[in-house]
Amino acid sequence: MTTVIAESLAGARIAITGSTGFVGTALVERLLRNVPDCELVLLVRPGRRSSAAQRARKEIFRNDAFDRLREQLGDDFDAEMDRRVTAVAGDVSTDGLGLVGDDRDTFTSCDVIIHSAAAVSFDSPLDMAVEINLLGPTRIAALCNEVGVTPHLVAVSTCYVAGNRRGNAPEELVSEGPFDMGLNWRTEVAAARRLKGDSEALSREPHQLRQFRKEARAELGAAGAPALAAKTEQLRERWVKDRLVEAGRARAASLGWPDAYAYTKALGEQALTETKGDVPVSIVRPSIIESAWAEPKPGWIRGFRMAEPVIISYARGLLKEFPGVPEGTVDVIPVDMVVAAIIAVAAAGPERAPRITQVASGGINPLKYRLLVDNVSGWFTRNPIYDSEGQPIVVPEWTFPGRGRVQAQLTRAKNVLNRTDKVLQALPLRGKQAEFTATLETKRMEVERALEYVELYGLYTECEAIYQVDHLIELWDSLDAHDQQTFLFDPRAVDWPTYVTTIHLPSVVEHARVKTTPGKSGGTDRMTRMRKQVLDPKRHVAAFDLENTLIASNVVESYSWLATRRLDTPERIRYAVRALVEAPGLLKLDRSDRTDFLRHFYRRYEDAPVEQIAEDAQELFTQLVITKSFPAGMRRVREHKALGHRTVLITGALDFAVSGLAPLFDEIVAAEMSVRPDGTYSGEMVSVPPTGEARAQILSDYCDAEGLRLDECVAYADSSSDLPLFEAVGFPVAVNPETRLAAIARKRGWLVEHWTKAEGGPRPLLPIGPMMVERERRRVFR
Amino acid sequence: MPRPGFVLDVDRSTPPTLFWRGERFSLERLPADRSRIIYPPEPLAPLENLDGAIRHALLNPHDSDPLPALLFPGMRLTIAFDDVSLSLPKMRRPDSRQRMIEAVLDLAAEAGVDDVHIIAALGLHRRMHEYELRHVLGDRVYDAFHPRGMLYQHDAEDPDNLAVVGTTPHGEVLEINKRAAESDLVVYLNVNQSAMDGGWKSITTGLASYRCLSHHHNPETLQNTRSLVDRHKSDLHKSVWRMGEVLKADGPKIFQIETTLNTDTFPTPFDFLSKREWEWNAKDRATYLATAKALDRTPTRMARKIFHGIEAPYRTTSVQAGDTDAVHEITLQHVFDQQVVEVEGQTDILTMGIPFISPYNPESIMNPILVMCMGLGYLFNMYRNKPLVREGGVVIMTHPTYRDFHPVHHPSYIDFFDEVLADTNDPAVMSSKWEQRYAEDEWYRHLYRTGNAYHGVHPFYAWYWGAHGQQHAGKVIIVGGDPATVRRLGFTPASTMDDAFELATDTVGRSPSITHLHVPAMLVADVK
Repeated sequence: MTTVIAESLAGARIAITGSTGFVGTALVERLLRNVPDCELVLLVRPGRRSSAAQRARKEIFRNDAFDRLREQLGDDFDAEMDRRVTAVAGDVSTDGLGLVGDDRDTFTSCDVIIHSAAAVSFDSPLDMAVEINLLGPTRIAALCNEVGVTPHLVAVSTCYVAGNRRGNAPEELVSEGPFDMGLNWRTEVAAARRLKGDSEALSREPHQLRQFRKEARAELGAAGAPALAAKTEQLRERWVKDRLVEAGRARAASLGWPDAYAYTKALGEQALTETKGDVPVSIVRPSIIESAWAEPKPGWIRGFRMAEPVIISYARGLLKEFPGVPEGTVDVIPVDMVVAAIIAVAAAGPERAPRITQVASGGINPLKYRLLVDNVSGWFTRNPIYDSEGQPIVVPEWTFPGRGRVQAQLTRAKNVLNRTDKVLQALPLRGKQAEFTATLETKRMEVERALEYVELYGLYTECEAIYQVDHLIELWDSLDAHDQQTFLFDPRAVDWPTYVTTIHLPSVVEHARVKTTPGKSGGTDRMTRMRKQVLDPKRHVAAFDLENTLIASNVVESYSWLATRRLDTPERIRYAVRALVEAPGLLKLDRSDRTDFLRHFYRRYEDAPVEQIAEDAQELFTQLVITKSFPAGMRRVREHKALGHRTVLITGALDFAVSGLAPLFDEIVAAEMSVRPDGTYSGEMVSVPPTGEARAQILSDYCDAEGLRLDECVAYADSSSDLPLFEAVGFPVAVNPETRLAAIARKRGWLVEHWTKAEGGPRPLLPIGPMMVERERRRVFR
Repeated sequence: MPRPGFVLDVDRSTPPTLFWRGERFSLERLPADRSRIIYPPEPLAPLENLDGAIRHALLNPHDSDPLPALLFPGMRLTIAFDDVSLSLPKMRRPDSRQRMIEAVLDLAAEAGVDDVHIIAALGLHRRMHEYELRHVLGDRVYDAFHPRGMLYQHDAEDPDNLAVVGTTPHGEVLEINKRAAESDLVVYLNVNQSAMDGGWKSITTGLASYRCLSHHHNPETLQNTRSLVDRHKSDLHKSVWRMGEVLKADGPKIFQIETTLNTDTFPTPFDFLSKREWEWNAKDRATYLATAKALDRTPTRMARKIFHGIEAPYRTTSVQAGDTDAVHEITLQHVFDQQVVEVEGQTDILTMGIPFISPYNPESIMNPILVMCMGLGYLFNMYRNKPLVREGGVVIMTHPTYRDFHPVHHPSYIDFFDEVLADTNDPAVMSSKWEQRYAEDEWYRHLYRTGNAYHGVHPFYAWYWGAHGQQHAGKVIIVGGDPATVRRLGFTPASTMDDAFELATDTVGRSPSITHLHVPAMLVADVK
């Protein structure tokens, strides 16, 4: 049995932009399910590695919104989708929508175009918001005019185009209302584009680039040129983006909009109206769209949206207060009602459809802030989420503070954390302490995020405009009972307490993947699980770094030990003093480039007799390498070996210094010095010492040569300079990570091991060889 | 005339008793009227002229031709000597082994012998450091032989340098150092600090391979070794003596030199440690106080260094040479003369202070496994006839039992503690389930052969050493130990001696008899 709406859209070809988004997905699903005879054309931006069609399949049809339809259609689901849905490759942020060939024809042959693509993020950069939100709709109209077709264009906008105002906001164009400031959208576009260009240019100024490079180095350390370059470019792009985000926010605020989204949408409506030509346009303006009331299932939501991060932050005790007035209205509308309204507008056709339809609850069935807060805190008191220790988190009492106070509190917290973080980053911390700074960093990011929510959403909660829905209700009243049942969009139908407590919150909590059961778990369990993966017989290779991964020592110590071994007391003192003087310079060189440092440092071995070094290396192995080794690390190497994995040591240390470790490894890649004919070392390297990004290459070459797979490799290392290696392998393990790596490992969910030297083992104060008897000391090797 | 050892019955007037606690010590008051303290005999008078005595022993051996008669030009002579596990603590230079080896080398030189190899008979112990070799043998011997590769350490894992001498009727394969096996004469230099050592045990452990040692170093044998100092009631020694028979029949000619030490263990200012507490004078008390307080404030690492730096003023009480069996009987007599204390009846609770040293941690760390080995292996076994504590009784040890390990000396101990003890502390289970993996581990083998590590299997042997004590005692309590570590050993932690007595009541009732073993110095309790 079909409905009037379904009938009027039967046989229609409907193009949809933004179908991978929240509203778009729901819209596609609803049309396919409730309008059985329509055909859909989806404008999808091709991904970097996937075509538009692949993206549509993956990002739209696999969504749980389609569970219901999939069940209805059973095995026919895929065939039905192929029959009714065509994905065309395009992008609303380029002129002509980036459509070419058949795709362009397919798109322009549609009877209805529903434009729901938008940069909805409240912190989009200005240029992006302008290109998508402001110019997107006009591009569609321009394309239609160019081709000479006049499909019904239903453009999804937002209620907030009305800006920060008190009182009624009617369903009319802002530019036609009493508060119009006479803005010229073309000027705004030009300004935004110029700003983008200027920012790009500014970001490329030498002093800026130096700064980015410095920051990249601070974040990654000596991670090698490619990694640093990538990071530098990433920082530059982020800098440009941040500037544009800031510019968008400032421009919007200066004109009385809460953010760049509302501002560009408002101008977008204006631009579309001006440039639509013969194309009939209907605008649908939802307010804050949240999880579904009933369709396709109660609580359905896609992505982490506006209110969710705030709610979860509150439930986690992070956000103790959130600005807002208790009697204020939070204008929320379930997504299925928005979708139903859009379909109803499309079905009504260009003649009957209202020019502008607001889909909002505030004017007709308001959700009061007080009611929302009470329900939220009540619900989380009954259903608390749990912290990592398995203890329930008690939600704080809401005091409805002003925005300024909350912001000030959070800013203070952020500043303190920022400063602490800076100090800690500068300290040479490792292992557990580094782990602590990583926790601190997470905390800092949480506070930063909370601060952003408050800044952004605070504006919305303070927005006291009441959105009129007369057109919506007219449209609603025009439907017959059957349509009203199938396409419910009457905001009066929503019972807010029910919606908040039984539909929305459970859905939000489920999506947020927070802990909802008591009892300790998580951290250690995850590490045990990951350890099991790493120690799976299926792995191929276990690659190890040496310094601070298997032993708590470094090349300087080995050198000192060897160099002092045959010295008498006065010589030793002179040596120690000289070493102290040179230390800062060496440290600096090591920090800036490991390879250069090693090359420079190994020069010191010039003229050392090979035979003597070989003999001393044996003692060095016992007294320095083994003394400073991590027994758990040595055990891990052997565990890998026992499992049949190849074990590889990749180290910048010299070959003779690590020769004692030979039985542990199938392959040792170490630095090597050339030997002169007179049996002395030249102090020059035979090849580039294996450091930084070279390690990834070495391991990759090894795997290729041995027919092993890099994604089945486990890599153990301690420093952010090993990032290229970590990124190359399937199973990275951060051992006693220094602060930067600890933070990175935490973010990326890598296995972290804390290995220590044997408790109670000898702790030589200085890496100096023990005194030999005089006779041995004086032995001449040449 | 030194006083013999004796057993003191504790009454109200008895001053508190010294308990060793690793690198520290404490004074503990034992319950009056049911406690007794066993004091070792005072040091016997040493030989006045050791060099003369050695020369005399070499020229007038027991059941053997004099040493010069056994030496001839062109012969292969091998001299093996006890490693750093003897004496404890190390004796002042010159070490008696230096005196012996110099005497032997002089005779060898006189006889025109130039193929002389000197081998440290360390069995599965760690290789000695250069300074230790110099300490034991003297610089002259070291500098003359080491650079020429004629002074080296036995390697129980060198397949090219081991030889099977024969097999006992029990199927025990005697596999020893090849050079020794193929020598015309092996001279073995012993330091018999304990009745456990010497005799056939010297060669069949010190120069043996893992395969050979595993015949008698296993839980079953050691559970039936009642005790280690009573060779006629020891399965370990029976096995070793069977191997001795094989050696006598098919092995090289052996000339055994054994020496016994007195119990003059601590130099000043530590000499109060071997005095009886009620005889402490004002100076001893002051020294005790000062030392104890100072040690409390000293980091363990430093305290360890101080104690391992102690050189004992031990003096030699006898030297005998010749046929192994004949020599060893005389040696044992000398050892017992110095060490035996007669004790009347067993006790419910045996208390012992675990000192900083055991045979397996000279210049190293008394790790938790060695605490067990020292307490239930060595000290528990210092008996003849019956154990000091009754079957099912309680053993209380005092030791900090920190989770410290020496990474160079005890690498396999670390893994043993983390892996094996986490799984089981039953010697039989660990022997069947874990021992082989450790014994054959390439890495441990590498560290043993090239570094200064005990053999991979050694922690198992240390544990088996205590197997008899573990089986016999109803409960073992460690006072002052790190609780988690003590529990890992399978023992009960207690923070004070009073707590320990309280914990013991579950096992031995409300007013148990208590016996305290006042060691070091070494003693052998002859329990009637």
